Amino acid sequence: MAAPPPPDPQFVLRGTQSAVHALHFCGGAQGQGHPLLLSGSLSGLVHIWSLQTRRAVATLDGHEGQCVTWLQTLPQGHQLLSQGRDLKLCLWDLGEGRNAVVDSVRLESIGFCRGSVLARGHQHWTLAVPGRGSDEVQILEMPSKTSVCTLKPEADAKPGMPMCLELWQTGDRPHQGMATSLRPVERRQEDMQHPAVVVANSSPRPLLLAGYEDGSVALWDVSERKVCSRIACHTEPVMALDFDSQKARGVSGSAEKALAVWSLDEQQALQALRTQELTNPGIADVKIRPDRKILATAGWDHRIRVFHWWTMKPLAVLAFHSATVHCVAFATDGLLAAGSRDQRISVWSLYPRT
Amino acid sequence: MRSKAGHALGAQQVWQGCALGALGKRWISGAEGELKRSLRGRWTRRQTERGRGPARSSRMDPALSAVRLSVREAVHTLSSEDGGRIFSTLGSLKRYLGQTENPALPGEQEEFARVHFSAFLRCLVSKLSPDWLELLPDGQLEELWASFFLEGPADQAFLVLMESIEGTAGPSFRLMKMAQLLARFLSAGRMAAVLEGQCWQHTESASPLLQEMLLIRVVGLPDRLGNRLQRESLAVFLPQNYFPLLGEEIVRVLQAVVDSLRGGLDCSVSFVSQVLGKACVHGRQKEILGVLVPRLTALTQGSCLWQRVCWRLVERVPDRAMEAVLTGLVEAAPGPEVLSRLLGNLVMNSRKAQFVLTQKLLFLQYRCTTPMLQSLLGYLATDSQRRPLLVQALKELLETWGSSSAVRHTPLPQQRYVSKAVLICLVHLGDAELHDSRDELLASLMAGVKCRLDSSLPPVRRLGMVVAEVASTRIHPEGPPLRFQYEEDELSREMLALATSRPAADGSLETGPSVPPVAADTPDKEPEESDIPQPRPDSELDSDDEFVPYDMSGDQELKSSKAPMYVRDCVEALTTSENWERWEAALRALEGLVFRSPAATREVSVELAKVLLHLEEKTSVAGFEGLRQRALVAVTVTDPARVAKYLTSQFYALNYSLRQRMDILDVLTLAAQELSRPGRLGRAPQRGSPGPASQPSSAVAPAWRAVVEERIRSKTRRFSKGSAGRGPAAGPNEFNSVAGYFFFPLIQHFDRPLVTFDLLGDDQLVLGRLAHTLGALMYLAVNTTVAVPMGKALLEFVWALRFHGDAYVRRGLLSAVSSVLLSVPAERLLADLPDELLEARAWLADVAEKDPDEDCRLLAVKALLLLEKLKDKLLPLSFP
Repeated sequence: MAAPPPPDPQFVLRGTQSAVHALHFCGGAQGQGHPLLLSGSLSGLVHIWSLQTRRAVATLDGHEGQCVTWLQTLPQGHQLLSQGRDLKLCLWDLGEGRNAVVDSVRLESIGFCRGSVLARGHQHWTLAVPGRGSDEVQILEMPSKTSVCTLKPEADAKPGMPMCLELWQTGDRPHQGMATSLRPVERRQEDMQHPAVVVANSSPRPLLLAGYEDGSVALWDVSERKVCSRIACHTEPVMALDFDSQKARGVSGSAEKALAVWSLDEQQALQALRTQELTNPGIADVKIRPDRKILATAGWDHRIRVFHWWTMKPLAVLAFHSATVHCVAFATDGLLAAGSRDQRISVWSLYPRT
Repeated sequence: MRSKAGHALGAQQVWQGCALGALGKRWISGAEGELKRSLRGRWTRRQTERGRGPARSSRMDPALSAVRLSVREAVHTLSSEDGGRIFSTLGSLKRYLGQTENPALPGEQEEFARVHFSAFLRCLVSKLSPDWLELLPDGQLEELWASFFLEGPADQAFLVLMESIEGTAGPSFRLMKMAQLLARFLSAGRMAAVLEGQCWQHTESASPLLQEMLLIRVVGLPDRLGNRLQRESLAVFLPQNYFPLLGEEIVRVLQAVVDSLRGGLDCSVSFVSQVLGKACVHGRQKEILGVLVPRLTALTQGSCLWQRVCWRLVERVPDRAMEAVLTGLVEAAPGPEVLSRLLGNLVMNSRKAQFVLTQKLLFLQYRCTTPMLQSLLGYLATDSQRRPLLVQALKELLETWGSSSAVRHTPLPQQRYVSKAVLICLVHLGDAELHDSRDELLASLMAGVKCRLDSSLPPVRRLGMVVAEVASTRIHPEGPPLRFQYEEDELSREMLALATSRPAADGSLETGPSVPPVAADTPDKEPEESDIPQPRPDSELDSDDEFVPYDMSGDQELKSSKAPMYVRDCVEALTTSENWERWEAALRALEGLVFRSPAATREVSVELAKVLLHLEEKTSVAGFEGLRQRALVAVTVTDPARVAKYLTSQFYALNYSLRQRMDILDVLTLAAQELSRPGRLGRAPQRGSPGPASQPSSAVAPAWRAVVEERIRSKTRRFSKGSAGRGPAAGPNEFNSVAGYFFFPLIQHFDRPLVTFDLLGDDQLVLGRLAHTLGALMYLAVNTTVAVPMGKALLEFVWALRFHGDAYVRRGLLSAVSSVLLSVPAERLLADLPDELLEARAWLADVAEKDPDEDCRLLAVKALLLLEKLKDKLLPLSFP
């Protein structure tokens, strides 16, 4: 059987007039309003796209013309977090047509590292952002903005700057409504369906996965402020990582020509599983679809690559963009969006969920 | 009788003084006399056992006359019609064979066997007829009749049987009866008795005449029976059945010999050796040794006596049969160990054997298989006395290997053979032995490597590289290792396996290369499950059907720079660009651009050709050679006259590498092919040539052949009427107007050496390529007006070079002759070039017969066939 030709995008969103650096799906899951796609651009604007009309419904301008690198919604009160290169993390209130900055956090680091959030309770969440020192990660308690701790590697480790962060916690009991980010919500729902997977430690312990400039991935125990485990996955800086807490397996992409897959064993030790060679070097973003079936990468080679998550079998190479792809995002219904330096956002429907 | 044979020993001396009565009779009778003497021993033995009976004086015994009388009476009785009387008389005569309850006196038995047996048998034969046999019912008489042949002295019985069979004219009852009797004789194992009888003879007492006669009949039995019986011949007489049987019988005889030697009795195997030798000379090594060698292999294992008998057996083989026997043994022996057991130190004792094993099999022939070579050289290596011979063999082998004349004049299979032998020798020889004659060996080796690397035939070059690598590491282990780059093929793998395999320890010899096929790189997705330790959760058991991969063939390396859009941009990018990506993109885009914009190309065609010709591969670009070649072909096709003129002028210019010159030739051929392609203009400009991109070095000849076949097909179609509608629209051969630009400048200067380029000297590879190219151009110029002068020039070119020493050049010349015959119209050939044709024909016939290179012979035969066809075509023309 001949392989089918690569698919075309379902639709393409144009009009950011600037390179797209961050994407985030929101809505739909909560059942209110139509699903939206948020995009952050190089020019500092955040566009909110309606996936129904395929038009921008709103534009947020809060980063003084500096690139928006990270977008994340918080379900309570329709709040949006946006991280910009103006060293500001803005909290937006989007409820009922509002679009105003309600709060902001001053960032200390000028790097490209995106932050990460973890819901800790009602109206209560933890935020990880790059810290003041070049190799530090700062943990903040929100919305009080109190600094909980600073995770600083040991003096002789010298991993370089943190490049990407991923907060999660062990022993997550399924707790609807506590979730802040969409993907963790998904995971917990999945956990309910698969009670077989139980993490030994029952008390929730926030953990942080951080990819560093030297190509290593480290697992931090946030409450004890120490590194549980660290492996060298790449020889180039880790550009993106994503973690599947249910299977205790993660994937990271770097500036080199390979993806690394690693796992976490019961002793909280990271183990390299395999590497997946790519044709061209450079991965800007990696995302696992919420149903944990496939994963997508954003490549510097203008291409989106799709793999089977469990086997890492290459499934598709989507060559639509004419410039570096900066970010990919999955919606809860499986829709895939990719934003590129060519100022376009392509939306794809691959292997629809059944 | 046979049971006696084992004991019938040691009494010969008694009979040595006996007079022979039978000399001077017919030859068969003369032999008979010999026979009698040979048989005496057996019959006297019993007497000696019984207290040294007066055997010598027995002729004077009155009992003798009694025997004579009873035989005479029996002969007389046989003529009567009384079945009962015949039966009883014969029965009484059987007493003399000693098989009955009351045997005759030993003296009488001996007398009967010595004097009367053959004559009596002949008499029995003469009586044989259907009526005679039916004198008594139930075949009693026949049984009794046969028993005389089967139980009497075997050699006499055999000779009489053979004599009577050969003496019977045409198919008859008697012939069939005798043949069946002979078959019974054979199946009863009497042949062993025949052979055995000769083993008890001392050399001085054995009669050469008798032995010769027996020998001829024993070995020639299948032929003689076949001649006589024609289609009626029995299965047992067919050579493929008879010789294995003979082998079995020989083993039994040897067993008897060994037994008697154990008993301290003397005997000789020289007759058996002669039988073996003669059978082998008759070309029956496979049949007879196929039985003999496995048996002897088993029997000689651990038994010195058997080994000695076996050595003696081979040693006594007459010189003229030695080669046949040794070749057969080397072939049949499963390994050097066995061969060593069977031959012993024969190679040291027998000059003939030494010549055969160390010279003839190695240098004068090349038919041994690799296992045979391993056995042979392993045999030389197994004993310290023989090892000097191995060293000597290696020296001579390397000398042959290194001789440039051998490289040039021996066929490739022989060169392979010698190379294998060299490698096997090296495996067997120790470092110390090699060290002693190192200088000599190295000198020959290096000379050989040099002439092989100079050869224009890739297999010869590869052979040189493989042998050089292996041999230099063995001969000169401390020096830096030689390393060549060559493509691995079947042969080189086999050779390397030979060089690494240790000499096999025992009979179970590993034959041939045992290289496992290189496991293909398993793609990553195959072992995906294996490297994940934990079992998959149930939820993950979704089959992959759900996730059918999309086509990912477009997933290429990303090139950051854009391809140029105009031909001029390409030229500029190729000459000045330091940006290698742009350079590569320009190279990749060039062919398409040239075809798309012929007018723009013509403006810069020569300049572009120059740039491309001098282009060097600065970075490692995949398929660089092919890209450059296709671009050059495209330019040449677009502006043939000017570019061809430029290229041909550059072919003989200074300061080009051989590679560039050969590129010029390839490009000219491919461009000519494209130009002469029928219906070229009708179709869209397509990619210039089918596939020579990947193997530019060897592209010309196969591509050319493909074209030839294509052309021949199209041509035959034209002759068959009615299919005109199918082919592409007829059009003029575009090559017509420009063929001269391609052809004549190339053929003009080949005999003028430059400082850096000497076609008639060292650069014979290019000369060979030139000859092929000219042939191809000639062929492509079919149906053009210049074909006739081209053909004339080409035949002259061929004539000048016809005795060139290089096979590749000769192949080119031969294919050029063929293309002349194909392209020049037949009537013009006869009108304008009759003398050249005659000369070419004589040369072709010579090559077809004598050339050492197989391909050359084949090409010559093909050209001769074309010539014949031409003649057939012309004859009806000239005599309508």
